[in-house]
Amino acid sequence: MDPHPEERLAELLALLPPAPRGWVEAAQELPLARPGLDRLVARAEADARFRELLIADLEAAFAQEGVEADPATVEALRRRLSLP
Amino acid sequence: MVSDSELVARCRAGDPDAWRELVERYSRYVYAITQAFRLPSHDAEDVFQDTFTRAYERLHTLRDDDAFRPWLASLTRRLCIDRLRAAAREQPLEDLEGEGGEDRIEELTEAFAVHEALAQLPGHCREILDRFFARDESYRTIADALDLPSGTIASRISRCLARLRERFTEETEPDPRLEV
Repeated sequence: MDPHPEERLAELLALLPPAPRGWVEAAQELPLARPGLDRLVARAEADARFRELLIADLEAAFAQEGVEADPATVEALRRRLSLP
Repeated sequence: MVSDSELVARCRAGDPDAWRELVERYSRYVYAITQAFRLPSHDAEDVFQDTFTRAYERLHTLRDDDAFRPWLASLTRRLCIDRLRAAAREQPLEDLEGEGGEDRIEELTEAFAVHEALAQLPGHCREILDRFFARDESYRTIADALDLPSGTIASRISRCLARLRERFTEETEPDPRLEV
């Protein structure tokens, strides 16, 4: 008996729908950006002036740390700094 | 197609594109495991991100680079169970595994192998089968997206499914030359 008739292949194809695109992009970028994010958060926690500058211009801070400011990474930093 | 072990080795060497490709390759599989546990959407997303973050940070602990898939499945499953256990403090939890038991993971692994075979087919077959079966799109939506007459979609799906079956059978059947 054929263990994989076409009906079964169709069922198996249906078991793996795509993950939401935003989830995939975040999973691709966040682990790579983590060291830079950790440095930014540590500085923001130790230096109130730096925290203000960071909040005023997140993208410039990312550039300074050499971290790519993709939406998932910016959102992760906002969450870690408890920003709205 | 580049093997998992090669991608893992390139990740360890600091190649960000290798990591992005690994995530792309396994995103559906990890997502399906989180869905099997029936986690609320925000928990499923957290587990999805935790799984890949921990996998990246612990790649150096992987003993066999060819075992990336089962290692990732085990990590995802464990994080799902942890999440359910945390929620169970507030409400009784009869069966932590639910639909996410070993049998389900085995079935999802079989589904992953079928998707790998699908990736070997020509682009038009990949697209139409993925849209119809995995994305659950209607004939009309597919016809509009691919600029095809909607009356031809069913026959195209049938032909492509037959090709997938041939491809998958080739990959999974034992080589008769090796049989005693």
